[in-house]
Formats: sequence, C-alpha cells, structure tokens
Amino acid sequence: MKYLKFLLVGIFFGIVLVKSEAVSWYRIYEMFRFQSFHMYGIIGTAIATGILFLQISKKGYVKSIKGADIFVPKKDSGFIRYIAGGIIFGFGWALIGACPGPMYILLGTGVLSMLIVIAAALLGTFIYGVLKDKLPH
Amino acid sequence: MEYILNPWPWYITGPLIAFVMALLLYFGKTFGMSSNLRTMCSIAGAGKHINFFKMKWRDQLWNLTVVLGAIIGGFIATQYLSNDAITSLNPETVSELQQMGFKDAGATLVPNEIFDLENLSLRSLLLLVIGGLLVGFGTRYAGGCTSGHAITGLSSLQKPSLIAVIGFFIGGLIMTNLLLPLIFN
Repeated sequence: MKYLKFLLVGIFFGIVLVKSEAVSWYRIYEMFRFQSFHMYGIIGTAIATGILFLQISKKGYVKSIKGADIFVPKKDSGFIRYIAGGIIFGFGWALIGACPGPMYILLGTGVLSMLIVIAAALLGTFIYGVLKDKLPH
Repeated sequence: MEYILNPWPWYITGPLIAFVMALLLYFGKTFGMSSNLRTMCSIAGAGKHINFFKMKWRDQLWNLTVVLGAIIGGFIATQYLSNDAITSLNPETVSELQQMGFKDAGATLVPNEIFDLENLSLRSLLLLVIGGLLVGFGTRYAGGCTSGHAITGLSSLQKPSLIAVIGFFIGGLIMTNLLLPLIFN
C-alpha cells in the first residue's frame, strides 16, 4: 500500500507529459530550432511554480507527510561533470527526443522501440559506472 | 470533455509538472527519473563488480514504482484521454522536416522514420542505440536529467543544475541544428 501513492504520482506524471506533448520528438526538435514557445513555456512555468513552492515551504508553511521540513538534496559542487555530462545528455535528448521520464511514458503509449533506447540507456549508465573514477568531475 | 481530449496548454502542464515534484518532496522523496537506470543496473547485479552500483536498491523501489505508473499513465493518456488532434507544430518546422524525409510531422508522438519497429533500418537501430547510450551515460555523468536538474535543481536555485541545463542545451542545439541535417539529408 505504501507504494500506491507513488504509482498514482507516476500515472499522473505520464498523463501530464503526454497531454503537454513534451514527450513528442517533434516538440523537442522544434524547441532546439527556436521555432515555438511551447516547450519553453512548459519548462519555464514548471520552474517558476517550483521556485514558488520551495520558497513557501522554506518559510515553514508546507511540511512533508511526516511533518519534517521539505528537503531538496544539494548537488555536489563541480563544473566539468555538469557541463560535459550535460552536453552528452543533450546530444541524446535531441537525437531520440526523449529523456529518462518520457522514455518510459512513450513505451506506455505504444512506442515499443523505446525498449531498445531504454536498454541502451542502461548500458550507457553501466559504462559510466565502469569509467567513473577515470573521468574528470 | 474537449478540453481534456485536446492537447493541454503549456501554462497548465508546466505547473502540473511542478506539482509532481512537490508531491514527491511532500512524500519525503525527490523528483529524478534517471536514478532508475542506476537502480536497474544494481538490481541486475552490476554491484558485484562495480562500486558505483553497490547500493541498497530496495530503498529506490518507490522510484521504480513511479516509472511503472508513468508507463501506465502514457497508456491511459493515449487510449482514453486523447482525440486525433495533431501536434500543432510551427509550419516552418513541418516543412523543414519534410525536406529531411520526415512525412506527417506531428501526426504521431515520434517519427516512424526512426521508431517504426516493423520497418527498422540499420540506421534507425543505430540512432536508437546511440541516443540511448548518450542519454544513459550523460545523465549519470551530469548527475541528473531534465527532472532532476532542470525542474528540481533550478527550482531550488542550485548552480550545478544551471551548468547541467546549459550543457543540455549546448548538446541539444548542436545535435538538432548541425548533426540531424547531416544524418537526414
């Protein structure tokens, strides 16, 4: 039962991303060609709403389900890993038009070839794990 | 009902995505989809040989449940909450893509020219594999993806996430504007 709420969050997330067309390969292409405001609108309002929520929760108006403060883990400081990893990720995102959430959502919409992408993404993550200590971070 | 069945506007869906992040934070978790790839590697036994995958993956089962839900959500949205509305792309985008060999841009969520399993060419297979590899490797190297960095990281005003998102866009802009026209000419 404790997993039911996460299943529901996932279902909601999947529906929102399909209905927003953020899972559309074409919308990602259009975004990187600066030919539409659509994706910038989605990402922009998501971040704006997120900032608002986190500022309100910082003031203590919102607590977690267990009554604790809302907590967002801090990313490690660094530069190379974020810019280099980010660029590599961006290549893949623009090529297949899907990031790690939409990959699964698109599978659910019936794009079975996403299984190939997911398998390759698992392999990519595995390769990172193998090379991690040799890479600059 | 038409409001539900038609595509939803960005000013509705953007805040709803933030709501997903807020819900997970409320449940004491973090919104980050790419972590699941690491978890799945660990479940498959990668931790036996590589330290990076030595983790208590049972603690991450909640996130795999979100993935399962996302798959179901994708199914529900296309089966029960959609009509035949075509993605209203910029006409310029459509004609550009047509010249690159993409017919019917916007009629489906992904182009059949790359994703159609029944007519999968060697080129499409390579693109799917390379794309997946880049996403899987890049997201772990950068320590997050669109949900972890662009939404959660930027909402919490973290500098590393800003650097990562700038990276996402540098990579995406190069791929779409320079490499895709070479691949599809």
